[in-house]
Amino acid sequence: MANPDALAGAEGPLYVARKGVYPKKVDGPFRRLKWLIMAVTLAIYYGTPWIRWDRGPYAPDQAVLVDLANRRFYMFQIEIWPHEFYYVAGLLIMAGIGLFLVTSAVGRAWCGYACPQTVWTDLFQHVDRLIDGDRNAQIRLANGPWTLEKIGKRTLKYGLYLAIAFWTGGAWIMYFADAPTLTREFWTGEAASVAYATVGVLTATTFVLGGFMREQVCIYMCPWPRIQTAMMDEKSLLVTYKDWRGEPRGSLKTALAHPGSVGDCVDCNQCVAVCPTGIDIRTGPQIGCITCALCIDACDHVMAQVGRPRGLIDYCALDDVAVERAGGTAQPVLKTLLRPRLMVYLAIWCAIGLAMLFTLGQRTRLDLAVQHERSPLHVQLSDGMIRNNYTLKLRNMEARPRKVAISVSGLPGAQLWTETGSREKASQRVEMTISPDSVTRVRLFIAAPADGPARQDFTIATQGRDGDARGDADTIQFDRPEAR
Amino acid sequence: MSDKSRIDEPTGTATVGHEWDGIEELNTPLPRWWLWTFYATIAWAAVYVVLFPAWPMVNSATRGMLEWSSRGDLKAELAAQDAKRAPIAKAIAATAITDLAARPELMEAAIQGGSAAFKVHCVQCHGAGGAGVAGAYPSLTDDDWLWGGDLAAIETTLTHGIRNPDHTETRFNVMPAFGKDGILDTAAINDLVSHVRVISRQEKPSASSARGAVLFEANCVACHGTNGEGIRELGGPKLTDAVWLYGGSREAIAKTIYAPRNGVMPRWNDKLDAVTIKMLSAYVHSLGGGEDAPAPVLTAQPKGEADNG
Repeated sequence: MANPDALAGAEGPLYVARKGVYPKKVDGPFRRLKWLIMAVTLAIYYGTPWIRWDRGPYAPDQAVLVDLANRRFYMFQIEIWPHEFYYVAGLLIMAGIGLFLVTSAVGRAWCGYACPQTVWTDLFQHVDRLIDGDRNAQIRLANGPWTLEKIGKRTLKYGLYLAIAFWTGGAWIMYFADAPTLTREFWTGEAASVAYATVGVLTATTFVLGGFMREQVCIYMCPWPRIQTAMMDEKSLLVTYKDWRGEPRGSLKTALAHPGSVGDCVDCNQCVAVCPTGIDIRTGPQIGCITCALCIDACDHVMAQVGRPRGLIDYCALDDVAVERAGGTAQPVLKTLLRPRLMVYLAIWCAIGLAMLFTLGQRTRLDLAVQHERSPLHVQLSDGMIRNNYTLKLRNMEARPRKVAISVSGLPGAQLWTETGSREKASQRVEMTISPDSVTRVRLFIAAPADGPARQDFTIATQGRDGDARGDADTIQFDRPEAR
Repeated sequence: MSDKSRIDEPTGTATVGHEWDGIEELNTPLPRWWLWTFYATIAWAAVYVVLFPAWPMVNSATRGMLEWSSRGDLKAELAAQDAKRAPIAKAIAATAITDLAARPELMEAAIQGGSAAFKVHCVQCHGAGGAGVAGAYPSLTDDDWLWGGDLAAIETTLTHGIRNPDHTETRFNVMPAFGKDGILDTAAINDLVSHVRVISRQEKPSASSARGAVLFEANCVACHGTNGEGIRELGGPKLTDAVWLYGGSREAIAKTIYAPRNGVMPRWNDKLDAVTIKMLSAYVHSLGGGEDAPAPVLTAQPKGEADNG
């Protein structure tokens, strides 16, 4: 196989190798913000499954649990059943609109601070610095020969990568089963094969994407940069190199020798050195910029050292770029943030959230669904009455057994009994106890006098009989044979 | 083409030389890992083709070294299901049908299994859900049973059938063809119809029904009971209720008396195993008309079943 770098078209190589990115250590307000967000997001990710939440004897005591086998989703005091999946859809819509809101306000903040690819890449880059040293040491080591020291450092570094990746993959499966139990089963080899496969796949993707692919994921693989560009407008904040202030670049010496002939940029290259995606922000806004703002920290540091005002590289909207270039002053950030577009996004986002909270508070945890059995639609009984059969699905969505009553209305002379009862003991209402946190299927037999319409609407209702009298009702038909 | 290639000013990248209405394409090289990924997929495909069915041949496809097939998967799944069900089937086999009700989990499994077997063996005559066919095959969902509607009685009917010509233990009775064989003339049959319509509360008593009552006394009570209330042990249908297998109109009753159908139900003990029959019994019993076992017989006479047989 030919060396791919040697494959060349008429105008140059068809394929390029990844250029090494060795971001330099930097400190500043944005770096500290990134530290904070990294700590919080990683703590949430690794820690959440271990939070306990007492739900009584009939439900799991894990605060956040996606119980796929039993089709339940637990989140603190909220329990979602499969038929309530629209709450999850609502959360996804909120996430989408939240992304619209954040992106049109502060640009690619998701990419720069909160995206898992960014967070884990950042974590792995700290591992690089811990083992190999800062930027220059890393470059020296990468270009140096394979000495014993390099082999040792690489082994240690990839070992740490693998440990983090494995911990990451392992944390994921804890969301889908009781975490302490699953951990024990995992190490004793008793866990389901899908658990091992999931951990294996996620360990591999974390190891490869966080350890090696890094900015390549953002630049070549991820659709978000393209989509987010469409969500931004001329008032969205971008990390901007203020070329009207910085150009032409020149060293301090030149500036002293010929005052006024050069701009504020001293061409120290610190903004490039600290960039986790290895771009040069001074060439303008570009797809490789995840707006992590580390170059702002680096540049501010240098500006302070040379005694020039901060903000040569800064968050700046396209509108402000035009104003500042013309010598004006940009409007305050708060005013930019209060523009109608953002208010509309915020209003929609809040409306969906409030509506979901409201319906969550209103929903009954005792639900009834009735099906009319169709074969046969109606049965002639020997005493002349007509019987119809129904299948009731009683959903007890609470973690306690419930005593409920089933009754009918709108069907005169009706007698009802269930498969455990009999017609002799039939009455106007049936009482039963249903199991906690489950769907109870009940066959309900209803007999009614033969004289009546061929198809009659009536209501079957269920009601709690243990203090909480709330319930549910369903309207359904009673069928009789056509008059002969 | 490439002679049109030029360096694009803002990006400093060469163009590929195509141009459509002023729109040009930058010549941006692909990352090298993309090429390696591409080679990796080719290698993966080569391995896949060797291991799994891949190449279409004249009659089938190449089988692959793993000998995998979706039919093989299905077979394994079915075998696993059978193995899973085996203990339940064994437990049902070991439990007398009259004791099934005391084991709710077995009863439920039996009803499920019976529901499946019913769809294969029974729906042809008794209809989906046991609804029956008016004028031909009895409904199994109502509360009117010709030969008994408790679990044991249903199991007996299923096992031995009704009026099965080749089986001595079959449930058997015959209603004479009163009209066809000339036992009663048309007027007498007409009077008998009137009487049956009166005891089933479909008509008011009349002179005809009074004559019919005398004929009923002479010809029918042996099987249908003194008041037409039916005799279960003989399979004599109840005539006083609202359920009519072959119709309750004057014409339908007259037709039955003239030439009864004496319907046949096959026995199933030569086609189905005992567990399936037990499951079918449980299912039919659950359809809505199932009766409780006649308790006195069970307690007073433990061997009552054998005596009845």
